[in-house]
Amino acid sequence: MDEQVKLMHSQRPVGIIGYGSYIPMYRLPNAEIARVWKGGGKGPVKEKAVAGLDEDSVTIAIEAARNALARAEIAPEQLRAVWVGSESPPYAVKPSSTIVAEALGATPYLLAADMEFACKAGTEALQAAMGLVGSGMGEYALAIGADTAQGRPGDALEYTAASGGTAFIVGPAEEALAVCQASLSYVTDTPDFWRRAHQVYPSHGGRFTGEPAYFHHILSAAGAMMEQLAMQPQEFTYVVFHQPNVKFPRRAAKRLGFTVEQLTPGLLSGEIGNTYAAAAITGFSAVLDIAQPGDRILVVSFGSGAGSDAFVWHVTEAITERRDKAPAVADYIRRRQEIDYALYTRYRGKLQM
Amino acid sequence: MEAKVAHDWRLRGQRYRLEGEVCEHCGAKIFPPRDICPHCHQPARKPQTFSGKGEVYTFSTVQSPPQGFERYVPYTVALVKLEEGPVVTAQLTDVAPQDVKIGMPVEMVTRRLYTQNDESTITYGYKFRPVLR
Amino acid sequence: MREVAIIGIGQTPVGEHWTTSLRHLAFEAARNALRDANVDKVDAIYVGNMLSGEITGQEHLGALVADFLGLSGVEALKIEAACASGSAAVRVGTMAVASGMADIVLAMGVEKMTDTSGRETTAALAMAADAEYEVSQGVSFVALNALLMRRYMYEYGWQHRDFANFAVNAHTNGMNNPNAMFRFPVTPEAYERSPIISSPVGLLDASPVCDGAAAVILAPAEYARTLSPAPVLIKGSAIATAPLAIHDRPDPLVLEAAVLSAQRAYKMAGITPADVDFFELHDAFAIMAALSLEAAGFAERGKGVQMALDGEITREGRLPISTMGGLKARGHPVGATGVYQIVEAALQLRGLAGENQLARARLGMTQNIGGSGATIITHILESLA
Repeated sequence: MDEQVKLMHSQRPVGIIGYGSYIPMYRLPNAEIARVWKGGGKGPVKEKAVAGLDEDSVTIAIEAARNALARAEIAPEQLRAVWVGSESPPYAVKPSSTIVAEALGATPYLLAADMEFACKAGTEALQAAMGLVGSGMGEYALAIGADTAQGRPGDALEYTAASGGTAFIVGPAEEALAVCQASLSYVTDTPDFWRRAHQVYPSHGGRFTGEPAYFHHILSAAGAMMEQLAMQPQEFTYVVFHQPNVKFPRRAAKRLGFTVEQLTPGLLSGEIGNTYAAAAITGFSAVLDIAQPGDRILVVSFGSGAGSDAFVWHVTEAITERRDKAPAVADYIRRRQEIDYALYTRYRGKLQM
Repeated sequence: MEAKVAHDWRLRGQRYRLEGEVCEHCGAKIFPPRDICPHCHQPARKPQTFSGKGEVYTFSTVQSPPQGFERYVPYTVALVKLEEGPVVTAQLTDVAPQDVKIGMPVEMVTRRLYTQNDESTITYGYKFRPVLR
Repeated sequence: MREVAIIGIGQTPVGEHWTTSLRHLAFEAARNALRDANVDKVDAIYVGNMLSGEITGQEHLGALVADFLGLSGVEALKIEAACASGSAAVRVGTMAVASGMADIVLAMGVEKMTDTSGRETTAALAMAADAEYEVSQGVSFVALNALLMRRYMYEYGWQHRDFANFAVNAHTNGMNNPNAMFRFPVTPEAYERSPIISSPVGLLDASPVCDGAAAVILAPAEYARTLSPAPVLIKGSAIATAPLAIHDRPDPLVLEAAVLSAQRAYKMAGITPADVDFFELHDAFAIMAALSLEAAGFAERGKGVQMALDGEITREGRLPISTMGGLKARGHPVGATGVYQIVEAALQLRGLAGENQLARARLGMTQNIGGSGATIITHILESLA
């Protein structure tokens, strides 16, 4: 395949004109889960962010989107699409995106839809937004990844499944704080993780989620991207991968030739867990919080089922004046209230009432 | 709380975005909207979206809830004085009851207000939390 | 306009009437009042009630009560003004007699609150507040009073314990009222220790959920003496309103509707607050007692609590309040409460208040509050004996 087949370019250059995140304040330490389930050893993350009683993926998406709008400094009516990617929508049927769009004041002249692709639903929405704006169909589009991920009590996933969200407003490159140089997606039918209809908790393939799923797709997408652009790892200031734990993205970075310094600013899972559709993009959001004009950032998501979306971003001058117009990811991480397993079961609806 | 679909839908502008009114005669900012200015009694129909910034005027932590709010107990309700002037009744969220103080700066967030059961709609609306930064 | 007098009173004990339904409570109080007035027919029946539809699933109380009294055919209506429904029924009956459109009127209040769970009743009571902008936020009726109490304490520097004497006085007086729900004393220490329902409001700040019914028979004052040995003149009667929601009131710590209704009642009666011998006020919550004392002109703003601290509200004090236990100890069957206040004031004015009889009881005032203060009804009563 030649470059034009693999890489995706929009007809006109596009970029991110506003970004924003939200992380709930409650934290459940892995040690607390291990205490209840007699788990041994060190958990995959230090702690995870847990949504409160009155939160869900919609409320999380709304706050992330409000932060993105504050940075974009556009009127909500200028959005031509609101796309929400999530594997934990509060309704099985009824769009989350209409609630979000209404809350923002973006209705009624816009596209609104929910996307589902496990942990890459957020970047799927982002790709779609870039397509819409890049084709000229609309000037601005909002893409959100938000989740209140649930792991079966006692399951390995419970240690990491977390809540959070990140939103991007995509617009023309000349207004962007980060311009997209290229994107690329890599998708296969790989059943590493799934949840059937009417089931509360997902199932997964255990160690099958590693090599054939996470690593294969991340490495393939990132590798193809760098090859097509003829770029080397050292040309990037930062790299962000999907982060189901701390170990996987570190290993992926090492195998691709990235350093710990490039990876660490965007690796949040140790502090907040795996926020699923928000995981890679919240890491990206944290990087934008500290990035300088001229920085290059590689972002590669992973969604079970399975696929990866890769993006190369060039940070522009606009970042410096826009990033302070909304709370940073670090502000939300700092806002921390530790809870025990009992409160966690109450907050996440695991308590029969 | 019984979910009343049309009723909640009708209120979405106020609940989601603090949509009120401004009186074109005396300039008063009005929330909740009432179409007649409570100050000068002239028609007031010009929409005005409130900033969501305000401070706690008074508050109470509910231990004995009305039906429909049991799962949230204890929760704190407050009168919040918006920076534009009006006072709004709302829950405070993301704050421990003992940390609430009169005069505390707060900001609006959109959260779940209630849902009747697993089959009913979810009603979202404004709550207030301590200013994040 | 004719002057109107009360020629008969009746009530049921206030409490948890597990074996008695709404209609039977209403019947009992009405029958007692008719017997007391020695009449068997009336021209109209006005039934004050707030919650029958929500709790009993029964509306149309006017026709129901008329039917059960064997008076079908008579004009009969339910009157609703939240917790002020009872006084509202008396007010409407007073207007009917005063206008000459009716001669003998049964005005009553009835409430059956114990047929639902506590949370359902709590939700039903909240209907007195703004459904769209207060109740939808999870605000209970107790919480609304708590919001006022917290602000009151903050603005005027009172402590929670400073309100204790409202409960102490009410319970002291309730002990001697055979119809009171609570006939035991409470101490200031017990008040301070009582469990918090909605901070800062504790259990002993709040009146109880209960059942009860009370009734009065109204007649033109000009021939009340021929009908009753001890008629009581309705010397003043006034309803006033304020914004439904607390957040819409310019000054939440002033019960504007109480100010207005008291002033109108004083004017109609041709008296000043200093002429009032005792005051049956709406102590559904201690904060409401304080605000009511201030709004009616008995205390300066922020000083209502001082009257309780100084002992001015006891039966021997400057202005006895809640002389038969008030809402706190007699109980607060919401739609009946206003009529209980009037019945109890009539007992004092007739000299029939038993152990609680005041030394001086010629001019009594009642004040009944609907919701958190959106409807407030004041009556001034004078002995015609």
